[in-house]
Amino acid sequence: MQAESTLAGVRPARPRHLARTFTPYLFILPFFTIQAVFLLYPVVSALFLSFYQATGVGARKFIGLGNYVSLVQDPRYLHALLNTTEYALGSILILSPLALLIALAVRSFIVPSDNARSLYRLAYFMPQLTSFVVIALMFALVFDKDYGLLNNSLAGFGLPKIGWLRETSLAMPSVIMVSIWTFVGINSLYFLAGLQNIPHEINEAAAIDGAGRLQGFWYVTLPMLRPTLLFVIIQATIFSYQVFDLPYLLTGGGPSDASLTVVIYLYQAGFQQFKLGYAAAIGYSLGIISIVLSLIQLRVFRRWSEV
Amino acid sequence: MSRSAAAAETVPVPRAGRLTATSPTILLGRVLGNAFLVLGVFLTAMPFVYMITASFKPGGELYSIPFSIWPKSLYLGNYELLFGQTSFVRWFANSVFVSLTRTVLAIFLALMAGYAFAKFDFRFKNVLFLLVLGTLTLPIYVLIVPLYDMMIQLDWIDSYWSLIIPFGAQAIGVFLARQHLLSIPNELLEAARIDGAGEWSIFQRIILPLATPVVAVMAILFFTASWRDYIWPLIVLTDDAKFTVSLGLPSLIGPYRQEYGAVMAGSFLSTVPIVAVFLVMQRRFIEGIMAGAVKG
Repeated sequence: MQAESTLAGVRPARPRHLARTFTPYLFILPFFTIQAVFLLYPVVSALFLSFYQATGVGARKFIGLGNYVSLVQDPRYLHALLNTTEYALGSILILSPLALLIALAVRSFIVPSDNARSLYRLAYFMPQLTSFVVIALMFALVFDKDYGLLNNSLAGFGLPKIGWLRETSLAMPSVIMVSIWTFVGINSLYFLAGLQNIPHEINEAAAIDGAGRLQGFWYVTLPMLRPTLLFVIIQATIFSYQVFDLPYLLTGGGPSDASLTVVIYLYQAGFQQFKLGYAAAIGYSLGIISIVLSLIQLRVFRRWSEV
Repeated sequence: MSRSAAAAETVPVPRAGRLTATSPTILLGRVLGNAFLVLGVFLTAMPFVYMITASFKPGGELYSIPFSIWPKSLYLGNYELLFGQTSFVRWFANSVFVSLTRTVLAIFLALMAGYAFAKFDFRFKNVLFLLVLGTLTLPIYVLIVPLYDMMIQLDWIDSYWSLIIPFGAQAIGVFLARQHLLSIPNELLEAARIDGAGEWSIFQRIILPLATPVVAVMAILFFTASWRDYIWPLIVLTDDAKFTVSLGLPSLIGPYRQEYGAVMAGSFLSTVPIVAVFLVMQRRFIEGIMAGAVKG
């Protein structure tokens, strides 16, 4: 841009020019100041902290990779990791296909009018209009064994009353159900946006070449949706590994750690037991998991596109 | 897709024309498909309906058999309890204050930085922008422990500062602002410079008004994120009077207190501000929330 103004021959006088060279730095200064102080500094500081045995009070002792070694041998951490993986798998294997199905249905001949289409979009968007705290409080009541909406509705079909959040085998699946309820709508909106980017002509060409509806979906629509699929799945995975509000408020991580997630464990270790170094290591493990999983997914999808 | 689906079936018999809604296959597909979609909408809506009706039931009715989702009468006791015997009003005001301040701050800083990245050339520009992109998906949990330590050092525990200042720099905002401001023609800025306008007044008088759409998207994104925030207030707030709505509501349910009716009333009321914003600007709202997924 400076080059442009030189060409036009309207280059400002020297002091102005000096001001211009400083200007962009002044514009980014407030943002990067806060970014440096409250993000970059603590990120680095957390890395150092994770090499120390540090509690709320008392001296800090350097233990190298000690915290990480303890982590991979800590049964509660491994249990939390397993639970969180179960939650993430629920997101990827149930939520994403369901969201895609809804998006496909809304886009297809099933919903012929534009008004009906936007009505469905709005209806499925509803859970985004409230907080996870409210959602958790709501579902705590829905799941209530004797007086809850769910059991009393199921009783109509002659099903017995179930302690959804109180049984070790059901606590995590219940949390997953709430998560699906919360996120299916927004994910189908991503798929709808992706479907909109596929030109009609491609589907029509496939149809003229004799592709059936299922074939058209499998060989044309799905590969064309690849960027959206990748985005949705990576997002779902990364956010799943960070889940806290829903399980913490629904079950507190219980019963007997059945729904303990990595972040609930981090919260307990860092902010209830004040094992700061250990909690910092849990935080870093989460960051590493997120990066590794997204890289794997990127590779898998790249290979899929080559086939 | 509907066109292609129709085309698929018309190819063998071109003269028959497109299938109409009266064709049995299409009709059956429509009925089943809509049944599936309506069931989904029903399941999505029911917990909300339940939340609202439960807020109008006295405690005894909430825990009674036979179960009915509808209240026997419009009981207002839960709301009276919420306003009279809890700090709900204070929590609500706290949430409004914190969310608004944080939103204004984050928008302002993001616009300034986004403007610099969109319309200036400077050294380290690319490196700095990569740094912004790199922090987009960084989970807060990587840094939450030292950040808490900083809050103690700064004496910001139980202070609104801890909820506002650390969240003033939102990388997603810089990204969105830059994308939007790229489309502003350079000639406009050059013309203003020739007319002798200072850089700051160009930002104020040209950039800010032209940024309205992206400001709306950011406002929705940052406001809802702040309104919903739970774990950070949980960590840095201990004083009931400083609580936000999200932190206060769950605190009404404890070993000594089980005011579920009042909690449902508060949940309902705490949803109203977001719904209000949504009703005013639906399209931008959906855009804002969808953009938010990129942020950690």
